[in-house]
Amino acid sequence: MTSDLKHSSLEAAHLALGAKLVSFAGWNMPIQYTSIIDEHTAVRTTCGIFDISHMGQFIARGSSAAAWLNGLLTNNIAKLGVGQGQYTLMLNENGGVIDDLIAYRSGETEFFLVVNASMIDEDFAWMDARKIEGAELLDESDHWAGLAIQGPGSIEVFAKVYPAETLPPRNGIMKTTCGSIVCRTGYTGEDGFEFFCPAAEGIACWEKFIAAGAKACGLGARDTLRLEMGYPLNGNDLSPHRSPIEAGLGSFCDLTKGDFIGRETLARQKSAGPEMKLTGIRYLEKGAPPRAHYPVVSADGTPLGELASGVLSPSLMIGIGMAYLPAEFSTPGTPLQVEVRGRLFPAEVVKKPFYKIPSI
Amino acid sequence: MNTPSDLRYATSHEWVKLDGEIATVGISDHAQEELTDIVFVELPAVGRAVDAGDPTAVVESVKAASDIYAPISGEVIEVNPEVESDPSLVNTDPYGKGWIFKLKVKDAAHVSKLMDAAAYTHLIG
Repeated sequence: MTSDLKHSSLEAAHLALGAKLVSFAGWNMPIQYTSIIDEHTAVRTTCGIFDISHMGQFIARGSSAAAWLNGLLTNNIAKLGVGQGQYTLMLNENGGVIDDLIAYRSGETEFFLVVNASMIDEDFAWMDARKIEGAELLDESDHWAGLAIQGPGSIEVFAKVYPAETLPPRNGIMKTTCGSIVCRTGYTGEDGFEFFCPAAEGIACWEKFIAAGAKACGLGARDTLRLEMGYPLNGNDLSPHRSPIEAGLGSFCDLTKGDFIGRETLARQKSAGPEMKLTGIRYLEKGAPPRAHYPVVSADGTPLGELASGVLSPSLMIGIGMAYLPAEFSTPGTPLQVEVRGRLFPAEVVKKPFYKIPSI
Repeated sequence: MNTPSDLRYATSHEWVKLDGEIATVGISDHAQEELTDIVFVELPAVGRAVDAGDPTAVVESVKAASDIYAPISGEVIEVNPEVESDPSLVNTDPYGKGWIFKLKVKDAAHVSKLMDAAAYTHLIG
């Protein structure tokens, strides 16, 4: 298993900080440095930095790149001006999710795509096989190191490292004068940016941001932060058998823009209402932390499904999770129970996000 | 790393303190440091009979749930309600206020089969 693991160009820096490394999506990545709760709190209150070098980067370009991507992705890429980005999804013919990604318009006919680590090869093969005349696709994943700097203090951290540069607006993308890419996006709900530089410069950039006040954070905190926001994780909350309508991501699917792969299913589910919905679940009291695959049952004990994701929320200090449940059990306030090792913990349906960012 | 010399240790990282026929059980400093952020402890029922190696309690960090095994056979005679209400005691005081359960042991001589501090230090080294 370890023989095939990919290694981030930042691995030496992680080991120097005493990180615990684990296998994630085929990569040997830091899960935590000191404590998931401390790292989580740093992002919510000051600033944290994550190695996201495992994520994939594609360039799609050419005179017909926009039209081509619009036939593969759910959101309307024509709405992006140069320098803007959007969250979007790539679906199979049945409307199931292959991957969720962010597409940035880095030039008039050039798009920068950031995809999930576990899906790089599959995404590329799917897209490449459907390429049209006048569109080109490049996998630049091995070229870039990726850093996510997140938290209310991240703007100040950026200003310290790049005093002459200005961050792009929310969801925007820009190139720095030294050839790095800065995107005003993230996976934590906090203000912040994602930073891509040539892999050979990764450690130097990581150290600059840390010296400017960012605290090293691992994938453990990345998961608790994203789940507090109700953001899905592909493989847990998204799958080829669930559509973005079922996942509650309908606002990222433009059914009016023209045809795209999977559209038919979305249109049908949108008009009829999905039978299953990815539902936010919150414990009513302290209990054994909810985790993926734990059974979810109704108040009267009827099995309804299982958690797609679950965690003890470090901000709320209570169990939270998401599960695909029949629509009639997805109304906020509906009482539920989560089964942990044979014990039932009382919970209820809540609206996402679980945690509200105070400053935004 | 703190590994008190008056305790015995299991390969699964529990410690045992024997007092007559009563064994107090917790997890080692090394184990709590590996787990970090302990947020939940599930205690066994008092009166339950356990064999050495049986999963007897559960300690959960933010990232994972870990079974705590009985290092020796016996009957659970007491559990620590303080770690239920404040699980972080297992992190801050693993050999003191962070103890988890007490067993009335079947055969106190079996405790000597567990590792002493030197052997355990070597194991985690």
